[in-house]
Amino acid sequence: MSPLINIFKKKSSTSNVQSIIDKYNKDQTRLMDILIDIQAEIGYISNESASLIANQLKISKVDVEQTLSFYHFFSQKETGKYTIYLNDSAVAEMMGRNEVAKAFEEAAGSKFGEVTKDGKIGLFNTSCIGMNDQEPAAIINGVIFTRITPYRAKEIIQDMKNGKAVNEMGLQSFGDGNNSSNYIQSMVSNNIRRKGPVIFSDYNLGKSIKKIVNMKPTDVIRDVKASNVRGRGGAGFPTGMKWEFCRNAAGDQRYIFCNADEGEPGTFKDRVILTELPKLIFEGMTVAGYAVGATEGILYLRYEYKYLQKYLEQVLEELKTANLLGTNIGGKNGFNFNIRIQFGAGAYVCGEESALIESAEGKRGEPRDRPPFPVEQGYLNKPTVVNNVETLCSVVKIITEGPNWYKSFGTKDSAGTKVLSISGDCMNPGIYEIEWGFNINDILKMVGANDVQAVQVGGPSGALIAPTEFDRILCYSDLSTGGSIIIFNSKRDLLKNVVLNFMDFFIEESCGSCVPCRCLTVLFREKLLKILKGNGVMQDIDDMISWGPTMLSNRCGLGHTAANPILTSIKNFRPLYESKIQQNKLFDSGFNLQEAIAECCEATGRQPIL
Amino acid sequence: MAELIKFTIDNQDCLAEKGLYIVEAAAKNNIYIPTLCNIPGVKPRGACRICSVRVNGKLMSACTTPIADNMKIENNTPEIVEMRKIILETLFVSGNHFCPACERSGSCDLQALAYRFGILNQRFPYQFPSKSIDASHPKIMKDHDRCILCKRCIRGIKTEDGKSFFAYKKRGQTLEISIDTELTSQLTDELAIKAANLCPVGAILLKERGYNIPIGKRQYDLTPIGNEIDHLEK
Repeated sequence: MSPLINIFKKKSSTSNVQSIIDKYNKDQTRLMDILIDIQAEIGYISNESASLIANQLKISKVDVEQTLSFYHFFSQKETGKYTIYLNDSAVAEMMGRNEVAKAFEEAAGSKFGEVTKDGKIGLFNTSCIGMNDQEPAAIINGVIFTRITPYRAKEIIQDMKNGKAVNEMGLQSFGDGNNSSNYIQSMVSNNIRRKGPVIFSDYNLGKSIKKIVNMKPTDVIRDVKASNVRGRGGAGFPTGMKWEFCRNAAGDQRYIFCNADEGEPGTFKDRVILTELPKLIFEGMTVAGYAVGATEGILYLRYEYKYLQKYLEQVLEELKTANLLGTNIGGKNGFNFNIRIQFGAGAYVCGEESALIESAEGKRGEPRDRPPFPVEQGYLNKPTVVNNVETLCSVVKIITEGPNWYKSFGTKDSAGTKVLSISGDCMNPGIYEIEWGFNINDILKMVGANDVQAVQVGGPSGALIAPTEFDRILCYSDLSTGGSIIIFNSKRDLLKNVVLNFMDFFIEESCGSCVPCRCLTVLFREKLLKILKGNGVMQDIDDMISWGPTMLSNRCGLGHTAANPILTSIKNFRPLYESKIQQNKLFDSGFNLQEAIAECCEATGRQPIL
Repeated sequence: MAELIKFTIDNQDCLAEKGLYIVEAAAKNNIYIPTLCNIPGVKPRGACRICSVRVNGKLMSACTTPIADNMKIENNTPEIVEMRKIILETLFVSGNHFCPACERSGSCDLQALAYRFGILNQRFPYQFPSKSIDASHPKIMKDHDRCILCKRCIRGIKTEDGKSFFAYKKRGQTLEISIDTELTSQLTDELAIKAANLCPVGAILLKERGYNIPIGKRQYDLTPIGNEIDHLEK
């Protein structure tokens, strides 16, 4: 068992690595788990460890490094006895993250991206960790610290210098709900602000299982189809149809994946559902397993939520004891279903279903070409369903309450409810379960937001919406969203603090395989910087618009939307761009001689005569 | 006789055997769709996106999408051509491609495609990334400046028991291809030559020889890339 909270990292030893490899039966497809355990136990994955893994798994070392170097939370060097990963999302910055970072740096005496000379403290940036409602937040040796102030940052560093264990660093108090349970004990808060009629309504454990054991699997699929429930991750594919495709695909084994890799900056609903309603999620996976004929389920959980591991494993045990998982579930002969947890290791793209499957197979999280779709050839090339956390929760209620009950919520084309993760400039950031059909104005009133300049709907991959469009409706046919809503008031510099941050995010998180996603995003960013520096001309804005369609030639959703921060902000906030460009010039190369020769000047100690 | 599939490319009626990918099916009808990452006979990967076509209105990579009945494919339209030019140009600025000094000049797929698409200047700013040459391997050199990360070497060159010599490292703009250091002895002369030939640019070069083919006799010196398929120039 890997330690959940890595209080003190042990010293590297080959025997540790060997026993971890043995624990996973030298299985190539469990490379992620092997690397995660070594990282947790030793603090980094050395060259020798990589060689040993390659040798034992009978793959080349370069393939081990391919996976190892892809994920943000794996390291090939020591990351310090204490490793601080401080969130650098746009909302974190709005809530004072840069001041906190400065305090960490000053107190530790080292910069971000480095480890202190004594090897004690490592400071690293990380993409959104799903705590937008309680920023600035950081992960320190697996423990989540929220609402960090510069003062608190200095205290934390002092505690580290004094050698205190992370879980003894005077966490003020535990969060609400199950956050304070024995298995979590975290300072994270749920911030559930509005409970809706589907996900957060009354839940009777096992009721859907009792019902389906008297139904044919195809009848379960029929009911799910009749409910019109669609995928809650953002893409909105009809769930019943996905299940039917999987059931009808040829294969001797099938798999159910629950996608709990919510990495879209500003999304944190899965964190709360996992904390408060894990049994509902697992029950949904079991229903899906019964419907499509799968006996194995995998919860793919983002590494940022590793603090929930012990708790979720305990819940799985309880479900087995209650005969709601395992063999002959609900007393029905041959209804077998088991669930294991697969952790990611820090890669936004793994939220894409085929990348998620690649990752779960121990590879770099690179999306696959489609066709074939995962429902035909997914995990280990077997038919596989990948569903969002919220989708699987909805299914349980659809089975117990009926498809017509479900359809009574929402709009005509978008049935049911949506759990929104709302953050940014508002009184009450947190989780809101609403029926589809709310418009942006309704939402702003609900969360207590005034003086709103813009709303980012659907996270960076979605759209930046202006007040003129606040009457647009949240539903699949208008503003479709996975649930991230970020609010910006009139004091925010949208281009500098929001759009640029989002572009940095996409550039950081691109897998790099497709040319436009790897290269064009960088050129978009450079153009934006040119405009921000005051060197832009009108042509620069038009150029970016003209490059937009090429992004759609990328393989996956990340690639398709990676320039959306710029493209949607030009569309809805063009005057912001125009106010920053030179009106009297048609062309500007953006070349700055002083900047270009600065390095030479420094090296030679001379200045040119210009 | 395999089943024949009917489809159109740019409104031209086409026929091809079932099971072929769009790129192959187009070639059978003397229509050229440019590719960089594709290797005939090896499972396609759709890494470079240069072969993107519009299939029934949706952008798809032609090297990975099998042909299907009544597909309506757009290939040589202003929109698609512009997209391909952007992809080519971004590849040029994102690496360091100094054609005049490159051994593969004239036999380089990237350069040949630039000529074919009439790319005479650059609309994007050169990035001049700082990259290195890995000369540690006894038989081949890996010039990261020229590498377009197409994955051909990764997919096409394996040991007898199927292990990789080449693999991606890192991700995004820091992505690069690395060579396994523990399988060095298994890279035979034959495989090394195959790797160099598979590389569409001059990123994998054989050591201890160079500039073997004189200018004028290189692959694309006299006829443009794709001409063997669409015979645009006699």
